[in-house]
Amino acid sequence: MSWAIRCRDLRKTYAGKPPVEAVRGIDLEIAEGECFGVLGPNGAGKTTTIEMFEGLIEPTGGEIEVFGIRWRDDPQSIRRRIGISLQETKFSDKLTVLETVRLFRSFYPSGPTPEEAIARVGLEEKSRTWIKNLSGGQRQRLAVAVALVGEPQLLFLDEPTTGLDPHSRRQVWEVVASGKRQGRTTVLTTHYMEEAEQLCDRIALVDRGRVIALGTPPQLIAQLGGRHVVEFALNPAEAMDDPAEPWRHLPGVTTQRRERDAIHLTVAEPHVVLPLLLDELGRRGWTLARLVTRPAKLDDVFVALTGRTLAEGGAVNGPNGGAENG
Amino acid sequence: MMAARRLFPLVELTLARCREFLREPDAIFWVYVFPLFLVLALGIAFRESPVERFRAAVLNDPSAEATLAVLRADSRFAAEALDEPAARSRLRLGRIDLMIASRPAERPTYIFLFNPTRAQSVLARDAADDLLQRAAGRRDAAERIDQTFDEPGGRYIDFLIPGLIGMGLMGGGMWGVGFASVDMRIRKLLKRYRATPMRRSDFLASLILSRLLFTLPEVSLLVLFSSWLFGVGCAGSYATLAALVVLGALQFAGLGLLVAMRAQTIETVMGLMNAVMMPMWIGSGIFFSIERFPEAVQPFLHALPLTPLLAALRQVMLEGAGWTAVAPQAALIVGWTIASFAVALRWFRWT
Repeated sequence: MSWAIRCRDLRKTYAGKPPVEAVRGIDLEIAEGECFGVLGPNGAGKTTTIEMFEGLIEPTGGEIEVFGIRWRDDPQSIRRRIGISLQETKFSDKLTVLETVRLFRSFYPSGPTPEEAIARVGLEEKSRTWIKNLSGGQRQRLAVAVALVGEPQLLFLDEPTTGLDPHSRRQVWEVVASGKRQGRTTVLTTHYMEEAEQLCDRIALVDRGRVIALGTPPQLIAQLGGRHVVEFALNPAEAMDDPAEPWRHLPGVTTQRRERDAIHLTVAEPHVVLPLLLDELGRRGWTLARLVTRPAKLDDVFVALTGRTLAEGGAVNGPNGGAENG
Repeated sequence: MMAARRLFPLVELTLARCREFLREPDAIFWVYVFPLFLVLALGIAFRESPVERFRAAVLNDPSAEATLAVLRADSRFAAEALDEPAARSRLRLGRIDLMIASRPAERPTYIFLFNPTRAQSVLARDAADDLLQRAAGRRDAAERIDQTFDEPGGRYIDFLIPGLIGMGLMGGGMWGVGFASVDMRIRKLLKRYRATPMRRSDFLASLILSRLLFTLPEVSLLVLFSSWLFGVGCAGSYATLAALVVLGALQFAGLGLLVAMRAQTIETVMGLMNAVMMPMWIGSGIFFSIERFPEAVQPFLHALPLTPLLAALRQVMLEGAGWTAVAPQAALIVGWTIASFAVALRWFRWT
C-alpha cells in the first residue's frame, strides 16, 4: 500500500493566554486513491489539521509525509502534486473566471487547459464574468477549478460545500467522484455527515483536536452496535424519565439515549424490536406520542462518542471553540 | 477551445496586476490625473509675476500731489492719497506696502512707514526712496545696466516639477506595492499562492514589473504636461532621467514591500505608510530646498530615501548633469532598494 499522507502525533498549539491546543496528537494514514473525510464540529481542529498537511501551517510537533516526502525536504515537489481549496479565498474581484484560472494554471508544469478546468465545475458560461458578479456557490466552484489546474494527485477541499446551493453542491460532489475514478486522492473536511457518508471511503471523526473514531462509514455506524435508530416519545412525558431505562433491556436494543423530547434506541432489526416495545408500553399503560424509525447516521455515532451532536459540538467546547480561526 | 499554450507565471501575474489596476477608475484618476491638477494648481499659485506692483499711500499734506506724481510716473507703483489712520490700518492689514509722509522744510524730507518683516514692504521703501531722491535732484555716481534672468531652470516651477516626480514615485511605489500586498494577504490570496509551486521570485518580479509599467506613463505625462504648460524642460538627457525614474520606482516598490511585509490589516499598513512617508514629504525637499533646515538635521535628511532621488532628478533636469555626476545619489538609491527587498523577502508573511 502506498500512502498519500502519513502523519504521526501531529500537534498544533497556538500561543496565547491560555494557549489553544487546536490539534493534540493525530495519527493518520491516507491511502493513494482514497477519498478521506475529516468530520467534526466547528472548532474541532479540522482546518488546522489539513492546513498542516498542505504545508501552510507549521506543526508544533509530530511528523507529516506527503507522498513519502517531508515538507521541509522538498516543498516544491509536494506543491506540484497537490491542489487545494481553502475554506475562504477571495480572488480578485475585477478579474474574470478565465483570467483567474489561467493565472493559477501558469504555476503548474502540466494539467488541463484553463477552459477544461472551468468546464469540470460547470462554470463555462461564467468564463468572462468578473468574480465580483459571481454567486457564493459559483465562487466556491471557481475555488475548486483553481484547485484542479495542476491535475493534482492529491486534492484538499476544506468545507467545499458549506452554504452552497444544491446545484453547486452536486457539481463539487461530481468533481470528487470523477477524481476518484481517475485514482486521485481527495481529503475533504465537512460538518455535513450526509456529504461524508456519500463521498468518503473512510472518515476520521475529529473532536477537540483528536481523532475519536476512524473507519468506513458502515464501520463507524457498526460501532453503535446497530444500524437503525428507533425514536419515540411517550404520554405521559414523565414516563420518559424512568431511571430504570426499561427499554435498554429489550432484546435487540444496543443503546438507549435520551434526547430533548424523545428516546433514541439503537437497534439491529427494527421489525423485531418494535412489537416488543409496544407490548411493554401496553403493560405499563403508557401510550406513544410519536414514533420514527430510520437508519443510523454518523451524527448518531458522534453523539454516542461525545454526548453532543455535530451541530452543537462547537458551541459547548468552550476553550477550543475558536481554534479553527486561530 | 483554445489550443494549449505555454503560460508564464511572471507574465500572468503581471497581467493580473495590470488588469486589476486598469479596471479601477478611481485608481486611474488618482495616479494619472490628480498629479496634473497638482502641477497646474501649484504652477499657478507660485507663478512669478514679472512686474511687482508696490502699493503705496501718500498722506494728505501740501506736497502730496508732487510725491504722487513722482511715484505714478513709475509703472511699478500704485499710489494713492490717504489720511493717516486709514493708511496705517491698511499697512497693518498688508493691503499697502508703504506709507509716505512728507515734511515741508528747506531740505525735502520723507518719512517712510513700512514693515521690516515683509520683503515687499522693504523693497517698496527702497524703490520709493530711489525715485524721490532722483526727483529731488540726486545724480547717480555710476552707470547701471539691468539684465533680467528668466531662463527655464531658474523658476520655482522648474524646481517643483522634479519634486513632484519624486513624490509621485514615492506614493505610487509605496501604495501600489504595499497596499496591494496587504490586501492580498487579507483576502488569503497570498496564502493560496503559497500552496502552489509559484516561485517567490516570479511573484516579486511581477510586483516590480507592474509598478514600472504604471510608472513610466505617469511620469511621462507629468513631464509632457509641465513642458507644454510651463515650458519646463530637461537640461540633461531624457535617457538619464528615465533611468533615474526606474531606479526610484524600484526603490519605493522595495520600501512598500518592506512596510507591508508583516501587516495584517489595512489600518496597520496605512499608519506605517504615513509614518514612513511623512518625514520625506516634509524633509526631502519636494517643495523647497532642504538647505532651509537647520544644519543639525541635515545628515538625517540626506539619509532619507527620497532625498538623493530628488537631488539627482534636479541635477539632471535643471543642471543637465550626466550619469557620473549623479552616481553617488544613484548608489544610495540602489543601496536602499537592495536592503529593503532583502529584508522584506526574508520576513515576508504569506498568511
